[in-house]
Amino acid sequence: MAGSTPVSLTADPPVAAASATPARKARFSPGREAWRRFRRHKLAMASTVILGLIVAAVVLGPLVWRVPINEIDFSAKLEGPSLAHPFGTDDLGQDILARMLYGGRISLAVGLAAMLVACFVGVLVGAIAGMSRGSVDAGLMWLADLFLALPQLPLLLLIIYLFRDSLTKVLGPEGGVFVMVVAVIGGLRWMQVARLVRAQILSIREKEFIEAARALGASNSRQVVRHILPNALGPVIVAGTIDVAAAIIAESTLSFLGLGFPPDIPTWGRVLFDAKDTMDMAPHWVLFSGGAIFLAVLSINFIGDGLRDALDPRRVL
Amino acid sequence: MSRQYVIRRLLVMIPSLLGISVILFCVLAMAPGDPFAELAANPAIPPEVAASLRAKFGLDDPVWMRYLHWIAAMARGDWGFSFASRIDVDTLILQRLPTTLMVIGAAQLLAIVVALPVGVLAGTRPYSIFDQVANTLAFVGFSLPTFFTGLLLILVFSVKLEWLPMVYRADLNVTGWQWVVEQVRQSIMPVLVLGLFQGASLVRYVRSAVLDVVRLDYVTTARSKGIGERRVITRHIVRTALIPVVTLVALQMPIIFGGALVTEQIFRVPGIGSLLISAMLANDTPVVMAVTFVLACLVVFFNFIADVLYGWLDPRISYR
Repeated sequence: MAGSTPVSLTADPPVAAASATPARKARFSPGREAWRRFRRHKLAMASTVILGLIVAAVVLGPLVWRVPINEIDFSAKLEGPSLAHPFGTDDLGQDILARMLYGGRISLAVGLAAMLVACFVGVLVGAIAGMSRGSVDAGLMWLADLFLALPQLPLLLLIIYLFRDSLTKVLGPEGGVFVMVVAVIGGLRWMQVARLVRAQILSIREKEFIEAARALGASNSRQVVRHILPNALGPVIVAGTIDVAAAIIAESTLSFLGLGFPPDIPTWGRVLFDAKDTMDMAPHWVLFSGGAIFLAVLSINFIGDGLRDALDPRRVL
Repeated sequence: MSRQYVIRRLLVMIPSLLGISVILFCVLAMAPGDPFAELAANPAIPPEVAASLRAKFGLDDPVWMRYLHWIAAMARGDWGFSFASRIDVDTLILQRLPTTLMVIGAAQLLAIVVALPVGVLAGTRPYSIFDQVANTLAFVGFSLPTFFTGLLLILVFSVKLEWLPMVYRADLNVTGWQWVVEQVRQSIMPVLVLGLFQGASLVRYVRSAVLDVVRLDYVTTARSKGIGERRVITRHIVRTALIPVVTLVALQMPIIFGGALVTEQIFRVPGIGSLLISAMLANDTPVVMAVTFVLACLVVFFNFIADVLYGWLDPRISYR
């Protein structure tokens, strides 16, 4: 009834699916089933292409577009887009395209790495909480609730404010800030995954196949890793996708507030931060850097929505 | 709604507040650097004075004692002294807090005013053109980072069209109606940026809440009794669907505080968020700690409101 509605609505209405099911020819593997449902979500498919292009541009771009990111040329400062500089130049005459291609690597890498940290911590905490009943479970979930109640951005800023200097001393300006930003963003976003994993474990651990595994003498960790987690993966993947987008926004926000990466590392947020003071003279600078963040985040969010349709255990489409 | 329930909820707040204060204090205590490093390096201050200051502020005590001192001082309202502004931290925060609460409140109101009708319409007509457009726009809305929309609005309305002021000013030197007009004019853009961002995610929540309710049996009963569609929606569907939405609005408070931080920075709104950023850039640790703690307290407080409202709105909740 209420649950038979697709979670997302950008997918096609279920009418089309109904006509396809009776003529089922062959049994599909779960992966192909998911892919079939994912393809139905047109915006998600388009987003996959766009994100693929962005990733390709960022990974391969600097090899093709060989303009140095820090070549200062005051005779060509704040120029609009032209053939020599497709995205224009900034206030020091540096090529914005080259800077964004380079900075995009860091922006996307931060998003991906922070997601991995969040998922790792979340799965660990969720699995421990789900498998151990009683006070450990209650305590861990209380901790998750506590972290959910923390104001994320202020705390993020606080930690970076307090720890930045000493970490950059140890790991260098680029590595230090990268490790810290990833650790902090990831460390503040594990709660959602932990709750999902715990809820999944609580329901799956009572199923017969887990009972069978237990009867065969599988240890707790084997039950979780080999039997429960693969079945609980769908929602975690969806949450992880959304986390990538959130982490990219968080990193850009930090850079935009002037508390993220140092000026010589042009992440997209940092480029936007540099651009905002000359907005009236060089609007292209703001538009290209902000647009890149927006496009990446939007396509990741749409992909997450498509994945939710594809991996939803309710299998509605 | 029993009074016991409210009291129990209030009591639950205490461990969360204590937990948050422990986390904040741990972050501060683990942080490298000495708040008296500058003092010690200053040749005008003799080492004995610096040492007695250290003793006075208890910097040589064990960590748990420093925590107890700190929490006791916070509870007494003794929040320390701002190095940069040369006034007490609590007066500084009280000066800035009303502006932030006003902007956040107006933004949240705008978000609800926009999201409620759109979400209800989309939810009662799933898969219609309107629904698809609304959903796509909602995705665009919460994928646009607030700092980018803020800059875009400034670019369009302040730089190109010159309709609205670029910077928010607390000290408008006009009075009467003129003051109200100016206040509204300068609040439009910050409120718009925050409100639409919040509204975009709220639309999706309202829609899915409505979708969950629309197919319940009591709605069919209401329809079959011959009640008009409009009345079914407003009286039967929306009333039930709003219960989880109310909670979500309160639970989204941490996000809106983060958004307020950014918008205040862009539009130079003299609120608590820009105070935090400027205090960080000026190494003003007492202010940084106090502002973070105030924000955390506000979040816990709004969670409490959400719980109480939920219990009040939904008679199915048992007041355990």
